Amino acid sequence: MTRLATTARVAEAAAPIDGRDQLAPLLERVRAGREFGANVLSTLDVLQVLYDRVLRITPATVDDPDRDRFLLSKGHAVAGYYALLAAKGFIPPDWLDDQGGPSSRLGDHPDRTLIPGVEIGSGSLGHGLGLGVGSALGLRAQGRLGPRVYVLLGDAELDEGSNHEAIAYAGALGLGNLTAIVVDNFSATHGWPGGVATRFTVNGWTAATVDGRDRDALHPALTGHHGHRPHVVVALVGDGE
Amino acid sequence: MRDTFVATTTEFLGDSRTVVVLADISAEAFAPAAARHPDRVINVGIREQLMVGVAGGLALTGLRPIVHSYAPFLVERSYEQIKLDLDHQGVGAVLVSVGASYDRAAAGRTHLGPADVALIDTLHDWTVHVPGHRDEVPGLLRDVVCGQDSAYVRLSTLSNARAYPGTGDLRVLRDAGPGAALLVAVGPTVDAALDATAGLPVTVAYTHRPRPFDTVGLRALVDSAVILVEPYLAGTSARLVSAALADRPHRLSALGVRREELRRYGSAADHARWHGLDAAGLRRSITDFLSPALA
Repeated sequence: MTRLATTARVAEAAAPIDGRDQLAPLLERVRAGREFGANVLSTLDVLQVLYDRVLRITPATVDDPDRDRFLLSKGHAVAGYYALLAAKGFIPPDWLDDQGGPSSRLGDHPDRTLIPGVEIGSGSLGHGLGLGVGSALGLRAQGRLGPRVYVLLGDAELDEGSNHEAIAYAGALGLGNLTAIVVDNFSATHGWPGGVATRFTVNGWTAATVDGRDRDALHPALTGHHGHRPHVVVALVGDGE
Repeated sequence: MRDTFVATTTEFLGDSRTVVVLADISAEAFAPAAARHPDRVINVGIREQLMVGVAGGLALTGLRPIVHSYAPFLVERSYEQIKLDLDHQGVGAVLVSVGASYDRAAAGRTHLGPADVALIDTLHDWTVHVPGHRDEVPGLLRDVVCGQDSAYVRLSTLSNARAYPGTGDLRVLRDAGPGAALLVAVGPTVDAALDATAGLPVTVAYTHRPRPFDTVGLRALVDSAVILVEPYLAGTSARLVSAALADRPHRLSALGVRREELRRYGSAADHARWHGLDAAGLRRSITDFLSPALA
């Protein structure tokens, strides 16, 4: 198993970050000279706004039943996710150096049982939203009305029909403690004429479509839920990013 | 069995950890329970992938889901959700099906589910119960719901005349003495197996728990010939019997539902006969197996 980093190094990495510059060296450690597609970067701004300003979760509260839940459904978007988890102190930065190696805890898709702070194992598309609906229902059934469940998906991931089972049901139920975030890089093979958000709003969700690179626009969108309906944020990023 | 399941599960809802997840099937039977526990009796509509995904999410928040539908929809349609949304997340649930194998024969192929136990058997560490009588249901259901791990409970409209409750370890119903073949009958097949082996040198043992298979009991009871009678795909438990007896010379006949699609309707009794699982069919297979020279 990967050796633990020193406490000091974790603390240093966990210091608040204000921009991508602080994340860049950690991302480079994950990259380790490999080519990254533009899609690896498409989630970075959303992730940073979430972890900097929205999610009520810290390395000390990963097992707190009243924590917010962040579910990465598009499990291939791990490079930025791992870098951010390291930056925030959920995992030691050392873990980034042999990502995907034989004794690494960090696969090309995340495994919740191996990584502190990771809520679901993902990789096969179309599983996160159903798990998110179940998590939101479970919190509600236990009277935990504070925590919120955020699920990050991609526009191409929406091709999977299981998402539409979850979208219709969450809308019908008025599952107000659920937020879906769709990073839309226009990569769905047959597109979403009329926009991704319409698939949600027709089922009773509230929606905000914003520039996925504009953090000042992302923050109000990610916190713009009303309480009695599920909320979707469509984060538009460049073609194929 | 379904009525007993609904009544027992309704009692379990007294525990605030228990949650029932449905996809319309049996929703009416659970309506009184849903009225009392609206947050813990969840009907997602005809959405089986979501049903299992939701169960995984509920379990991630610490609840104990009981997930229920028709066998082919619960296990076959949702197989990836079972594999990933439960097992891969490291959480458990209790899956309870109706519509075993050919219970609804007249409905045709879409409602036949003989492969469910074999599919569950591709996963690790699941408990599987196949009750042969409604009175076995409350005890085995309590055992698995009180646990943490995943379990599959396969209810059927077929039944033996009497119940054999208990943990599910092999239970000898007829002892034919030293040197006899051992027949292991799972769930509702045992009455036909007892009829089929009347007067034959065959010890008959019963279980309603094919997983974990009672291999200790098997080794204690077996001489050299084993006959498996399972109400789902033939051979589903053959690998476990072979592994348990790897150090002993033995012969095995694995009887169960055959793979070919019959494209016939009729009743469950008709299908049992066509698959050779009625008493006469079993007797033919068993006498052939025991007297290979005469076959």
